[in-house]
Amino acid sequence: MTRDEIESKVKAVLVDALAVDEDDVTPDAVLTSDLGAESIDFLDIVFKLEQEFGFKVQQGELFPDNVAQDPKFVQGGKVTPEGIAALKKRLPHADFSKLEADPSVANVGKIFTVKALVNFCERKLAA
Amino acid sequence: MRWMWIDRVLSLEPAKKLVAIKHVSLSEDHIHDHFPASGARAALPVMPMSLVVEGMAQSAGILVGHAGGFRENVLLAKVARAELSEDATAGDSLRYTAEVEKLDAMGASTRGTVELLRPNEAPREIGRVDLMFSHADQSMSLRGGPALPGNNFVFGEGFRTLLRMSGIEMPAGV
Repeated sequence: MTRDEIESKVKAVLVDALAVDEDDVTPDAVLTSDLGAESIDFLDIVFKLEQEFGFKVQQGELFPDNVAQDPKFVQGGKVTPEGIAALKKRLPHADFSKLEADPSVANVGKIFTVKALVNFCERKLAA
Repeated sequence: MRWMWIDRVLSLEPAKKLVAIKHVSLSEDHIHDHFPASGARAALPVMPMSLVVEGMAQSAGILVGHAGGFRENVLLAKVARAELSEDATAGDSLRYTAEVEKLDAMGASTRGTVELLRPNEAPREIGRVDLMFSHADQSMSLRGGPALPGNNFVFGEGFRTLLRMSGIEMPAGV
């Protein structure tokens, strides 16, 4: 499957799961702040990606479960360099540009862009 | 008012499919408020569609809860789709068919169809309600959220009675 084909399927999943316009699903769109995704939508997206691509996503594989609760990774409302490194290792598909520019905890959600989902699916399909 | 929006589970294929029925009655208070007479307009007593969605949520919720032995608090988390084309009124019945689409430790998604059974008419499908459920204890504890009440607060006495009357056994100790 080419990256374009993967991107097109991911886009269809997001349009369905988040009831957004296809035009809004750009590669850099952030799932939460740009597309309005809430916590349960992430489970919906995981279910739909599994169905669409036929792979199984383990808990915490696509979206992390409890980073913000770990005092090693978050101090004073900011993600520590150690935390960012750990996230990068666990989530190699994610887009860290916005979080690295401003490591506020509130920005952790911004690592999940449309591009990050396409990266994730591409890696899973290649595995 | 008891918050039970189905009257009986008609059939259950564990972790796959559940069919339930709801009989709509003029003795239900809500139907008189939806919609009362107003000026020259006569009353139009119909079952609110939001409660039809709740009926499907209870049907699908039992299906998901049963799949996990009723050990999880199964909470309705998202109405993914709700399309209903016709109202039900007193004397009608609604048949809910809920099917599991996906199910894992964190939650489940279900697809559902709603049929209208009106006396002297052939049953007909009037809509579709697709839902998502969260296994609250799992998902909240993973996010460091507050602890939930220790007992199973979703499948309380009302559900237990409904299941018993439908011939479905709750596992011991739940």
